[in-house]
Amino acid sequence: MKFLVCISNVPDTTTKITFTPDNKEFNKAGVQFVINPWDEYALTRAIELKEAAGSGTVTVLNVGEADTEPNIRKALAIGADDAIRVNAAPSDAYFVAEQIAAIAKEGAYDVILMGKESIDYNGFQVHGMVGEMLGIPTVAPAMKLDMSGNTATLEREIEGGKEIVSVNTPFVASCQQPMCEPRIPNMRGIMTARTKPLKVVPAVGEPARTTVAEFALPPKKQGVKLIDAENAGELIKLLRNEAKVI
Amino acid sequence: MSVLVVVECADGEVKKSSLEVASYGAQVAAQMGTTATAIAVGEANEANLAKLGEQGITKVLYDAEPRLKDFVNNAYTKLIATAAEQEQAKIIVLANSNIGAAVGSRLSVRLKASLATNVVELPKISGDQFTVKRGAFSGKAFSDVVLSGDRKIIAVKKNSTEAQHDAGKTAEVTSFSAQLSDADFADAPKQVVMQDQAGGVLLPEAERVVSGGRGMKGPENWHLIEDLAKALGAATACSKPVSDVDWRPHHEHVGQTGITVSPNLYIACGISGAIQHLAGVNSSKVIVVINKDPEAPFFKAADYGIVGDVFDVLPKLTAAVKALN
Ligand SMILES: Cc1cc2nc3c(=O)[nH]c(=O)nc-3n(C[C@H](O)[C@H](O)[C@H](O)COP(=O)(O)OP(=O)(O)OC[C@H]3O[C@@H](n4cnc5c(N)ncnc54)[C@H](O)[C@@H]3O)c2cc1C
Ligand SMILES: Nc1ncnc2c1ncn2[C@@H]1O[C@H](COP(=O)(O)O)[C@@H](O)[C@H]1O
Repeated sequence: MKFLVCISNVPDTTTKITFTPDNKEFNKAGVQFVINPWDEYALTRAIELKEAAGSGTVTVLNVGEADTEPNIRKALAIGADDAIRVNAAPSDAYFVAEQIAAIAKEGAYDVILMGKESIDYNGFQVHGMVGEMLGIPTVAPAMKLDMSGNTATLEREIEGGKEIVSVNTPFVASCQQPMCEPRIPNMRGIMTARTKPLKVVPAVGEPARTTVAEFALPPKKQGVKLIDAENAGELIKLLRNEAKVI
Repeated sequence: MSVLVVVECADGEVKKSSLEVASYGAQVAAQMGTTATAIAVGEANEANLAKLGEQGITKVLYDAEPRLKDFVNNAYTKLIATAAEQEQAKIIVLANSNIGAAVGSRLSVRLKASLATNVVELPKISGDQFTVKRGAFSGKAFSDVVLSGDRKIIAVKKNSTEAQHDAGKTAEVTSFSAQLSDADFADAPKQVVMQDQAGGVLLPEAERVVSGGRGMKGPENWHLIEDLAKALGAATACSKPVSDVDWRPHHEHVGQTGITVSPNLYIACGISGAIQHLAGVNSSKVIVVINKDPEAPFFKAADYGIVGDVFDVLPKLTAAVKALN
């Protein structure tokens, strides 16, 4: 089984978000970048399934510029066998999906795993687009993924419940908890990661369909109105009469 | 030319988020000098579909094919794409739900449309320039995104726009068939399992949410959260460590790596307010924080707060709500 795991390079979850003075770009200065937390589920699950089968390969793929390589190496240290970086800024979901679809087709991957969504763009888009571009099913977001031969059984989260879905390879799934316990690299992994192949390829396809004109921060809160704990019931009156939310 | 709105139904009812989407679509149609048509998916009831007139929809297409009751990605995509072609829709509006967003991304490729998910406001249209505001950086920011091309798909974030109600107006319900074949249902779910909702309110659709953190001390104390939630007609939620140790199911975990909620009221009980937690809740309209530590960071993001012990405060709040009703 050939697994392709798509990872995106995102600001660490503790990052305080700021923008360049013209508000056109995210201010990367001093920001620590990590593997998108959801993508860690995809990566770990692919490695687990490969190990369980006793054969197969896990390839990680990132669409990004050279500064994403530390996190690609981290994915290799966690246990991926090799990596591909499409050397281009990930300008929008459509552009990224085109790159992934092209690589997936060329490499004839059986299982394409992604995260539920990127925590910077919050698109929930790339997996559906890749499935459609390749004419194969996408199961998103998946909470569970098991394989038996060429058939996968997945649990897909829906509002208020879940669906049990079964698909044959090739397919795309986007992963989220509680699929597995994401692994962290160990010393041996870090050592071997240095020598694992990382191929850099140019971008293909059409340009992005969307562009960001401007970023903005949410409006600041007015400040908290404190209610005495002795008089907690007062809060309920305020919520009805002042905030008008109950 | 028209605007096509995708309306999700369950048990015959139009989902609340789809009423918002219908209203959003009708307003976009008005901006563009055209009308809004809806296509219904899920288990619909024709009388309820006709009532979409109240949200400004003129016509509703409905395919009564029974296999469309549950979400089937391929079949839904084909159904909506066929409707979009028939109606010559330039704009397709859906809910930013697990159904809407999943179909939206497939449709964008099939219809060669530009796509924006997580949209929070009506578009700004000036000449050829079509701009929408969407949430980015997990609730920590917004971005204005320009959608290019002839066709555009917009997935609207729940509870970010208000559904209009123009009482008494009705839409014309027309039967519609996309000539779906067995192959279109190949990815149909084998089974659908609905979970037991505490108090019957779904977290992603909820207008009010009562949420508990590690300060609740253990799952045996959750009746305090549930009692208040029930009295308020709210859904229950929790912080990540609470679901990590299985005090609560993981689908209740809100935050940057959980689900994002934007209710009118979010009540946080014994939650410190870590930046990752705030990311999932900070677009709530009113935030209430109950924490015994006056220095808890959550108070900075709150509209109302009580510095106190949850075990003392929660029963008082529940009693006060019951006294109101
Ligand atoms: C990569 C990453 C992703 C993460 N994603 C998320 C996420 O999506 N969602 C999320 O929630 N967290 C997330 N976290 C975890 C986050 O950083 C915090 O650790 C977590 O939110 C803390 O949960 P808590 O507030 O319940 O617990 P604590 O931080 O332990 O806070 C408990 C609070 O309860 C108060 N308290 C205690 N007893 C009482 C009492 N009797 N009455 C009143 N108040 C009391 C305390 O004063 C304290 O403020 C993430 C962390 C990482 C590293
Ligand atoms: N630049 C990228 N390179 C590789 N994979 C990506 C990239 N951006 C997004 N993805 C994948 O697509 C998923 C969904 O991203 P999004 O549609 O942006 O929410 C992510 O969890 C990743 O698995």
